[in-house]
Amino acid sequence: MQTSRFTLLYRNFANNIYSKPLSRNRFIHKAFFHATKKILQTSGAPAPAPAEGYLPGVAQSKFIKSTQEEALKNSELMNTGVANGETKKMNMFQAINDAMGIALTTDETAVIFGEDVAFGGVFRCTLGLAEMFGRDRVFNTPLSEQGIVGFGIGMAAVGHTAIAEIQFADYIFPAFDQLVNEAAKYRYRSGGLFNVGGLTVRSPCSAVGHGGHYHSQSPEAYFTHTPGLIVVMPRSPIQAKGLLLASIRDRNPVIFLEPKILYRAAVEEVPVGDYELPLGKAEILKSGKDVTVVGYGSQLYTLENAIKLAEKDIPGLSCELIDLRSLSPWDVDTVANSVNKTGRLVISHEAPQTSGFAAEVATSIMERCFLRLEAPIQRVCGLDTPFPLIFEKFYVPDMTKCYDAIKEVVNY
Amino acid sequence: MNVNISLRAISKLHVKQASNFLINGRRFISTSRILCQEPIKNKSKEKVSFPGATGSYFTNEIRFIQSIDPIPTYRVMDRQGKITDPSQDPQVSENFAVKIYKDMITLNILDLILYDAQRQGRISFYMTNFGEEACIGSAAGLDNEDMIFGQYREAGTLLYRGFTLDELMNQCYSNENDLGKGRQMPVHYGSKKLNFQTISSPLATQIPQASGAAYALKRAGNKNCVMCYFGEGAASEGDFHAALNIAATMKCPVIFFCRNNGFAISTPALEQYKGDGIASRGIGYGIDTIRVDGNDVWAIYNVTKAARKLAVEENRPVLIEALTYRIGHHSTSDDSSAYRPKKEVEDWKRLDNPLVRLRKWLEDKNWWNENFENEYRSSIRKEILTAFSKAEKLHKPSITELFNDVYDHPTPNIIAQRQKLKQLIEKYPNNYPLEKFKNKGKDL
Repeated sequence: MQTSRFTLLYRNFANNIYSKPLSRNRFIHKAFFHATKKILQTSGAPAPAPAEGYLPGVAQSKFIKSTQEEALKNSELMNTGVANGETKKMNMFQAINDAMGIALTTDETAVIFGEDVAFGGVFRCTLGLAEMFGRDRVFNTPLSEQGIVGFGIGMAAVGHTAIAEIQFADYIFPAFDQLVNEAAKYRYRSGGLFNVGGLTVRSPCSAVGHGGHYHSQSPEAYFTHTPGLIVVMPRSPIQAKGLLLASIRDRNPVIFLEPKILYRAAVEEVPVGDYELPLGKAEILKSGKDVTVVGYGSQLYTLENAIKLAEKDIPGLSCELIDLRSLSPWDVDTVANSVNKTGRLVISHEAPQTSGFAAEVATSIMERCFLRLEAPIQRVCGLDTPFPLIFEKFYVPDMTKCYDAIKEVVNY
Repeated sequence: MNVNISLRAISKLHVKQASNFLINGRRFISTSRILCQEPIKNKSKEKVSFPGATGSYFTNEIRFIQSIDPIPTYRVMDRQGKITDPSQDPQVSENFAVKIYKDMITLNILDLILYDAQRQGRISFYMTNFGEEACIGSAAGLDNEDMIFGQYREAGTLLYRGFTLDELMNQCYSNENDLGKGRQMPVHYGSKKLNFQTISSPLATQIPQASGAAYALKRAGNKNCVMCYFGEGAASEGDFHAALNIAATMKCPVIFFCRNNGFAISTPALEQYKGDGIASRGIGYGIDTIRVDGNDVWAIYNVTKAARKLAVEENRPVLIEALTYRIGHHSTSDDSSAYRPKKEVEDWKRLDNPLVRLRKWLEDKNWWNENFENEYRSSIRKEILTAFSKAEKLHKPSITELFNDVYDHPTPNIIAQRQKLKQLIEKYPNNYPLEKFKNKGKDL
């Protein structure tokens, strides 16, 4: 009912692209685009962007760890068993797959389920897991989001670990009741007799270049408004693996939103061992003294580029970039400390502006840093419209909008 | 059956496909092709081979299926408490039968007392079980380790398992001894010790949860099932559909127990559905289904025992529809005379009453009589009233409990908000009913 016909088409489409082994897939893609480019060049039209979504700048990002040394030079990994261990080149779907493989290995009660997860998932996140762990631990469910989440709550309520997948975050709304009225309140309403701490709901979210209304949404603010839920969004493969393992093992229900545009675009050296990154803690990606810039998920790469441009255009400017990672609970202290130093704040997310998560950040920082603020807090968000298809480039809080907001707060 | 053979062939194919999968990374499940290869034995009944077909045959006749035969209602005793077919006699001991009857009376008197208590404003809300006391037979058909997920009108199952009168009163009074720490409305009971998941108000949400819990129990291999109760109104929710479908496809050992009492608040069952009740839907999901006389405690007991066997031994979900009549108002916030004649209610109470039926059965066996009845009624009444006044006198929980259990550990926001409330009540102590609460807010 809630899963559109387009999704089914999309699944077929995704299936066609992703069901082939990676190397072969790349080859086919390359060959396809090469041929298309040739035809289009002769016809005078520009070459199209790759069909599965493409995020400029990720490959060049300073936040992507392309060597083992860089990957392990991370203070949060120091205290884990992987500090001196091996790393392996993984994109984000592979890192997520790796995390789930470890979760299933280390926890006999853990199972993974959702629509189309058994053959590997439409985004390949569960590839090979059914073969490795058996169909009783990695299985397809009927096409019903409220059923998937209700089922996961039930498993967790009797102490098992349930890793549920909602195929697109846009289709999480049929499960809204189960998440908000049930999962979030399970421990509280029972006086702690029962809880669903073993539940993790993973879901691909955010823009993908051509997802239109129902393959692009960022629904995090609906859930950060719900006490009892933990909401997490990673920005890279290392993050995704560590945060997902922490989410699965956390004793609270977690909504783990995966920016789908990064599944293939973000590739880095990921520790192969078992490690967790802390929930509820932000990460300072770049230190600076003049402006604090806050974001999460794929938006960080846009912000990175906007900062680069602003710092080039305004000599001497230095911006501090913070990745929130966890949106509920979120790390107010790290942001407040930063703003107390810089006096200026720009927050950016892809979701619509009104009542978006930036409103929460802005208000909290206003309360905590009122005397230190030197300019109004800027929100650079999606527009207050449904997520459009052909107008995506005008809708998203792109580099230009973010760059402009940074300039505004500096020149105020 | 041929269908089974071909399904087995398909499952073998799956195994083969799994290995193919690794080689070429693609998935083919050509169920239709396999079925096509089966020899056609009877030309007049050629089997449909589309992958979505489970056993259909081709026909040349346009015939819309309007209905199937109505599903019969299983009963053991008639309204006079007489066993109608000796082979169905539950063969229970005197102690067991008397315990069930006593629990039914206890539930009945509890309801009378707490209903009045709400009317006097001593508790905020209440929902009675009048007419549905025989539900206790379903608890008796289970193992005590089987997990129960309820809706809100199943207090009898808790009583049967040993929920104490104090625990029950503490919940309704939201006092410091309430297991739920006073956070939920009255009748939202729960007990970890008795394997009864805490009740929540949103209807039907517990049904897919029960499927999931059953799947987990199956994986744990401890030979237990899950029992899930809901009303016929709740069965209209999408969660009912989701739950039965997933339970069937994932072979979950769960018993879905529908209390069809004819009304969802004011909405009569016939405005709730047009098909043959709830039971007819079970078959559509491929679930073993049965309908039972919900005022016949032994019918419910027999059916639950048999359902449990199917669930635990064969990992098959089962749907039980118990037909009954809601004698009481929907809740203390409802006056049912606004939508149904009082006489109808009185007739049901008098002519088909689960308590009377079991009492007659017991009396026929000489296991019960007027004296026992009067004696038990007055003694349990006294016990209930003692528990009642004890619960009423207790403090409400510590105000700190407002902030606990949202997460496993309080978040920085919650700690800050607790601190703020502490300062506020220190500033305006007279504006809040602090003396009612344990520690008067001092431990915030």
